[in-house]
Amino acid sequence: MVTCKTIIGQISDYLEGNVSAEMRETIERHLRGCRRCSAVYDSTRKMLVIMGDETIFEVPEGYGNRLHSFVDSLVAKAKSSTS
Amino acid sequence: MMSEQTNATSHSLETANLIQRFLAGEQSVFHDLIRPYEQMYYRLAFSILRNEQDAEDAVQQAIVTLFTRLDQLKEPERFKQWSIRVVQNEARLLWRRRRQGQYESIDDREENGNEISFRGPRDFADWRDLPSETVEKREIHAALLKALESIPASYREILLLRDVEQLNVAETMEILGISEATVKTRLHRARLRLREALAPTLGIPQPSFWERWKGMNPWSPARR
Repeated sequence: MVTCKTIIGQISDYLEGNVSAEMRETIERHLRGCRRCSAVYDSTRKMLVIMGDETIFEVPEGYGNRLHSFVDSLVAKAKSSTS
Repeated sequence: MMSEQTNATSHSLETANLIQRFLAGEQSVFHDLIRPYEQMYYRLAFSILRNEQDAEDAVQQAIVTLFTRLDQLKEPERFKQWSIRVVQNEARLLWRRRRQGQYESIDDREENGNEISFRGPRDFADWRDLPSETVEKREIHAALLKALESIPASYREILLLRDVEQLNVAETMEILGISEATVKTRLHRARLRLREALAPTLGIPQPSFWERWKGMNPWSPARR
């Protein structure tokens, strides 16, 4: 009989669709009957959705401008050293 | 799938073309070369340094390295992975300097453990009704940052590369210099750890619910 530990160990692969059809069926059957594992699965899935949302990790205002000004200074320096 | 591959191919051709022009003396194309990745550079540096100014400094330092050593890149199609690794190295260097030798080990302290640890009732936190509708995005962001800070650096890095930046396994292997099996194991453990770290903030533990499961936790200390 498949244990909770086995199911939890497969959660990442299952979320990514990297399990065999047989394992997928086993996991889904277990999740239907196990509130604990299904809570772990649901919350992990939700967490991944949140993390994939780019706006969650915003870069500071002006970062792009500062970075490209810096690149401009490198380009100018390179040009002056070759000319 | 097909169009994804086509996009990836045309993107690496574009990158190869930009690198060629850069090396031929048209240095201003460097702007276009880094543009697709610059936000990723910042987020990666920030995940290591956890300080906005330091993260920007590390990215700038990495930019100098990329700019001056681009001629040493043998395979232009690997610019993405190579540049990310350079940013990561600069961020780690700065981090070490900031901590003056008393830094938390970047190397995985937990990876050799046999068990993925599950600790107590937090694992039961049921988030099904959470969070997007009920919790403000700002709060989620704060909670996520706090949770990310609480887990080992190696976990933070792999979560950032795979789950935030959505890099594939091959790219992640190359950037971190680890095997495919390690990418998978580390990512799995990192996800469970982060989920666990987030649970107290976002989860709603219901005492009656725990009570029902008392003594039935296969990971409870008594049976570990």
